[in-house]
Amino acid sequence: MKICAKCVVVRRHDVDTDQIIPARFLKGTTRAGLGPHAFNDWAERPVGGGVLVAGRNFGCGSSREHAVWALVDAGFRAVVAPSFADIFAANAVKNGLVPVACDMAFEAGDDVTIDVAAGTVESGGRRATFPLDPFARYCLVNGVDELGFLQEQSDMIRRYECRR
Amino acid sequence: MRTLFDKLWEAHVVRAESPETPAVLYVDLHLVHEVTSPQAFDALRARGLRVRRPDRTLATMDHSTPTSGGFADAQALAQVRTLETNCAAHDVPLLDMASDRRGIVHVVAPELGRTRPGMTIVCGDSHTSTHGAFGALAFGIGTSEVAHVLATQCLLQRRPKTMRVRIDGRLGWGVTAKDLVLALIARMGVAGATGHVIEYAGEAVRALTMEERMTVCNMSIEAGARAGMVAPDGTTETYLAERGVRGDWSEWRTDEGATFDREVSIDASAVEPMITRGTTPATGAPVAASAGRAVQVVFIGSCTNGRLSDLREAARVMRGRRVADGVRVLVVPGSQTVKRQAEAEGLDRVFVEAGASWREPGCSMCIAMNGDRLSPGETSVSTSNRNFEGRQGPGGRTLLASPLVAAAAAVTGRVTDPRDLL
Repeated sequence: MKICAKCVVVRRHDVDTDQIIPARFLKGTTRAGLGPHAFNDWAERPVGGGVLVAGRNFGCGSSREHAVWALVDAGFRAVVAPSFADIFAANAVKNGLVPVACDMAFEAGDDVTIDVAAGTVESGGRRATFPLDPFARYCLVNGVDELGFLQEQSDMIRRYECRR
Repeated sequence: MRTLFDKLWEAHVVRAESPETPAVLYVDLHLVHEVTSPQAFDALRARGLRVRRPDRTLATMDHSTPTSGGFADAQALAQVRTLETNCAAHDVPLLDMASDRRGIVHVVAPELGRTRPGMTIVCGDSHTSTHGAFGALAFGIGTSEVAHVLATQCLLQRRPKTMRVRIDGRLGWGVTAKDLVLALIARMGVAGATGHVIEYAGEAVRALTMEERMTVCNMSIEAGARAGMVAPDGTTETYLAERGVRGDWSEWRTDEGATFDREVSIDASAVEPMITRGTTPATGAPVAASAGRAVQVVFIGSCTNGRLSDLREAARVMRGRRVADGVRVLVVPGSQTVKRQAEAEGLDRVFVEAGASWREPGCSMCIAMNGDRLSPGETSVSTSNRNFEGRQGPGGRTLLASPLVAAAAAVTGRVTDPRDLL
C-alpha cells in the first residue's frame, strides 16, 4: 500500500478534534458528508491535498470518529505528525487513514510518498521511517476488517463468559 | 506484585496479545448515547448482527437534548429518535426523555449503581475515564469500536503503560478537586499521559469523596491519558451501599512494591483555586493571575461538575447574592436524579432567586450541540472540561474552573477568588 499525494501543512501542535469537526456537525446519523465541514471554523481551511502534516499530539480531545470521517471525506489518506492522541490514532486506522508518526519537515504542496508496508515516508529525496503497530499495518495493507476478526473469536468469548 | 491496572487488565483478557495481534479484552459495561452510536448500529444492521449482551449495555440521551423547551433543530430530534429505534430493535435498556433517571451518561451510570469496582467500562465518549473513580478500567472509544462492543462485547486493545500520580497533603480551604486536576494537567501537559493509564493515589486522593474522585478521573483524558482510576476503599463501599450495591472489592488495589512505568507526585496543599488562560485544558493557573477579567456567561454543569455536591458548592457562593448585571448564568444538573435531589434541598431556588437559569439535565454548553452556546465575542467561566477554540460556540472563549470559581464569577461578573465570598 503506497500513498503518493501532495501535502497540506498545519503549523500547530495539539490540534483537537473539535477543530477538525466542530460539535454542531455531529448531529447526523451517517458517516457521510462531513468533508465540507473539516476545519469548518478556521479562517483558512487546510484541505485540498491527500496528506495532512501537523504538529505534535494531533487529534487530542473528543473521541469523535467524525473527525476521521471528515478528513477521509475531505480527501486525506494519511496524517503526518510527530505524535498522535491515542483514540484518534485508533479511529484513523479503522477507516484506512494512516497515522504517520514522524517529525520530518514539509512545505505545503510537497509531494509525499508513504509506503505503509515498509513504514517509510519520502519527499524530495529525503526519507524517514515511522512506527506502526503490526496489526494496524496488517489491517491497513490488507483492508482487514476488525469486526470480522473479533467475530472469529466468538468461541473464546463464549468460553470467557462461561468461566466467570 | 501487580498494580490495580494489571489486575483489571488480566481479569478481562479473553485472548492474550502477541506481537502480531492485540489482546481481545472483555467489556463488562457498555454505555451508549445518541451522538456516537447511530453509525455503529448501522454497521450491525449491514451484517445482520444483534447486540450480543443488551444486559451489559445501557443507553441514555444527553449530548443534543434540550435543557429548556423543545429540540433546537430537526436533526437533533432525528438523532434521538434513531437511538430510540435502535435500542428498541436490540432490546437495549434506554433512559429516554420521559425517564426520571435520564442524564449525562457519566453521571447516571454511577448514581444507578451500575459502575462498580473491578469492571471494564467503555463508551463512545472520551470522558468515560470518569468511572475509573470506582476502581474500574474505563475509557473512551470511537464509533467503529462501539460497533465491535455491541456485536462481540469485546475490543482489540494493546496493553497501555501505567503511571501513578501520588497526591500528598490536603487541599486547602476553598480549594476543590477541580482545582487539583487543573493544576495536575497544567503540570503534565495535554499529552503528558498519552498511552498511559493513571492510578491516582496518596493522602489527598483518599480524602476525596466519590464525586470529587469522579471529577479528577473525568479529566484524565485532558492530559492525554487512556484512563484514570482510584482504588476502591471505604468511601467507595459507602457510596455503593447507599445505592443498594454491596460486595468485597478488596482485591482491586495495587500490591505493595508493584511498579509503574512512570511516577508523578504533587502536593495538594500547594494548589490554589485555578482557572485556565488559553485554549487547552493545560493552561490552568491560580485565579489571582486572571482576577478581574470580565465574564459574560457562566456555565455550571457537565460530566465533570454537574453532580449534587457541585451544585451545593455553587449555591454556597450564590445564596443571598444576585447575578451581576450583563451576566447570563446556566445551571444544568447532570441528571434528573441530581435535579430532583437539588430541588429537594432548595438549591434551585437559590439559583433562580440569584437570577440564574435552572435547566433540564444534559451536556448543554459543555459541547454546545443543543442550542446552549456562547455568542461570538463572549467569554464564559465554565465548570466543564474543554476550552478548545469554539468549543462552546464559534467565536466564544472558555475559562475552565470549579463550581466555586464559576459561582464567584456569576455574582461579580469578573474572575474572582471564591474564598473572598465564602
